[in-house]
Amino acid sequence: MDLLIFKAPILIVQASLDGILLGLLFALIAYGMALQWGVMNIINIAQGELVILGGYIAYTMYQLGIHPAFGIFVAPAIMYFLGWGLYKLVIYRVVDRDLFISILATFGISILTQQLMNFVFGADVVVAQSNFGTTLLFDDSVTIPNSKLFSAVISVVAAIAIILYMKKSKLGRAIRATAQNARAAKILGVDTEKVYAATFGLNAAICGIAGSLIAITFTLHPYVGLPYTIRSFMIVIIAGLGNLPGVALSGMGLGIFEEFADYILGTEFRIGAVFLLLVFILVYRRFKLSRKREYLE
Amino acid sequence: MVFNKNFSCLMIGVAAVGFLAAAPANARVDGDTITLGAAVSLTGKYSTNGKHTKNGYNFAAERINKMGGVKVGGKSYKLKVKYYDDESNSSRAAQLAERLIKQDGVKYMLGPYSSGLTKAIAPVTEANKIPMVEANGASRSLFTKGYKYLFAVLSAANQYLEVAIDLAVEKNGGKPVRIAMAFEQDAFSQDVRLGILDAAKRTKSKIIIDDKLPKELNDMAATLAKVKATKPDVLVVSGHSKGALTAIRQISEMKVNVPMLAMTHCDASKLAKQHGKKAEYALCAAQWHKSLSYKDKFFGNGMQYDKEFNAAFGYAPPYQAAESSAALLVWKGAFERANSFSTEKVRDALAKTNMQTFYGNIKFNSAGANFAKPMVLFQVRCDGGKCANKVVAPTKWASTKLVHPIPKWSQR
Repeated sequence: MDLLIFKAPILIVQASLDGILLGLLFALIAYGMALQWGVMNIINIAQGELVILGGYIAYTMYQLGIHPAFGIFVAPAIMYFLGWGLYKLVIYRVVDRDLFISILATFGISILTQQLMNFVFGADVVVAQSNFGTTLLFDDSVTIPNSKLFSAVISVVAAIAIILYMKKSKLGRAIRATAQNARAAKILGVDTEKVYAATFGLNAAICGIAGSLIAITFTLHPYVGLPYTIRSFMIVIIAGLGNLPGVALSGMGLGIFEEFADYILGTEFRIGAVFLLLVFILVYRRFKLSRKREYLE
Repeated sequence: MVFNKNFSCLMIGVAAVGFLAAAPANARVDGDTITLGAAVSLTGKYSTNGKHTKNGYNFAAERINKMGGVKVGGKSYKLKVKYYDDESNSSRAAQLAERLIKQDGVKYMLGPYSSGLTKAIAPVTEANKIPMVEANGASRSLFTKGYKYLFAVLSAANQYLEVAIDLAVEKNGGKPVRIAMAFEQDAFSQDVRLGILDAAKRTKSKIIIDDKLPKELNDMAATLAKVKATKPDVLVVSGHSKGALTAIRQISEMKVNVPMLAMTHCDASKLAKQHGKKAEYALCAAQWHKSLSYKDKFFGNGMQYDKEFNAAFGYAPPYQAAESSAALLVWKGAFERANSFSTEKVRDALAKTNMQTFYGNIKFNSAGANFAKPMVLFQVRCDGGKCANKVVAPTKWASTKLVHPIPKWSQR
């Protein structure tokens, strides 16, 4: 146990800000996962790989001399069609099947994507430089990399844009209708096939945006996708499906919890502590549910 | 008819078994060729370094063959390496070692890339009493298991950054220093950490931060914030390429000022190229650098090796390639001194190796580790926008003077 954070209270500010900024980026990825899960009942194990692929698109732009931040426009455009193609190729076969089959299918896509990225982009760890600089607060004792700030802002803007699109547009309404009841939507004339393909594409596009942000804030490697999948899975589990503010809140909450666990318990327990929290939340939920049921009876 | 069909199946089976059984007899020395076996990572996450390893092996084998081959019993033999792709997967590597030895009849092995895969293969070669010269597994645990058939041309992982602590103490006027360190939780990085613990004990230095980074972590912000708050004299980071790139990115973004920053994997991650001026003044441990003055008759010196490797493969050799080439030179020496193909005799000759190669002096201790070669430290230095690694320690080979302390970010 390390109490440094209480001896130097400014670290509390640093930890909270780091946690919030990190959490918002993760929340964006989790939002894509929740969308797809809610609409198609598919848990996408390849979510992290789609994120990294989006990152490589931004990195390729950086290699070509274009600022990698523009990846937030280019990557989602490419990834949307890629997602659409993946749906037509693989996902449509598993969409109405058992959840286990879809997990297996997306797990396969994840391995394949890793190997293809390794083949195309190589096994080196790469970074794209944004050169956005740093914001210094409280007499230089709190530092916020502008790339993280940029990532958090873009994550929020993207999430709001998608929420508005879902509320206002025709396709958005169709997606929501399908999520509520696919059969009823079909009877009322919604082309659910098309809705599914669009949802998968939309999720891939969200991953594209998140990937571009990761390229300028962290590092890229063909095999680092899994932590993003697991993290977004946890955020969705905690927030529940179809609860968008919940996703953002649980993303930030997990981010802050993780940072504090790092300072207090030590870096080696950082990820373990998050998993422990997940277990507690699931047990608590189960407990609450069982009480509710007893009451109903 | 049924009988006939069964009989022919049986015959094919017998023939196949016979073929497999016959193959080993020819495989170790076939005509004038000595076959060495190697499982290297041609795909998967180690594929870049796996490629360097393979190129290093091939480059040396070709050179030795061109310069007269290996002379055993008055006859000249050529070296050939049989490769399999271990897919960067340790259980696959162990399977392939088994296959090389049992099916292909290979009697002499070369190591794979990385400590983890070498650790997977070593029990197989050991159980079969097949000598292995490895060039890319530095983990200390390889040398504490009492292996008799394992020989490593490189320095053990715990030696990587000890020099840096000594240097920091020296710069502090011989007084103990305060050390902050962050190491990834994997075999190699934790061994580097043990080396730092030893060095700290020896110099009576104090460790004020000792973070172990989870493997999947790509954010060091919390560790660096602690470093900012505690102001250590030296910050040590090791976590393969990802760790090196993440550290430099976040140190520059968070404006962390430390007098000395010591790391590993700077050249594997192309730190100077990817981060440019942000990486300047970082100290890096390396097994080899082209500017060292070691010599041998096959490659001349490091500079020549660098030039010729570059001409052959189109890129400058990282130390992973150089040490792999050195492994072949060790094999050649051992065959010639043993003057025999008996694995036991060759093993004994390997154990007595005492030679200089372009890569460094090679002499094994009883655990099979090379103790004759020190690690080198270089510092990333920039001239205009171009950054390169310059050797700063040991002082014997220093091509430039160490900049210490590192200038503050506000002055850079």
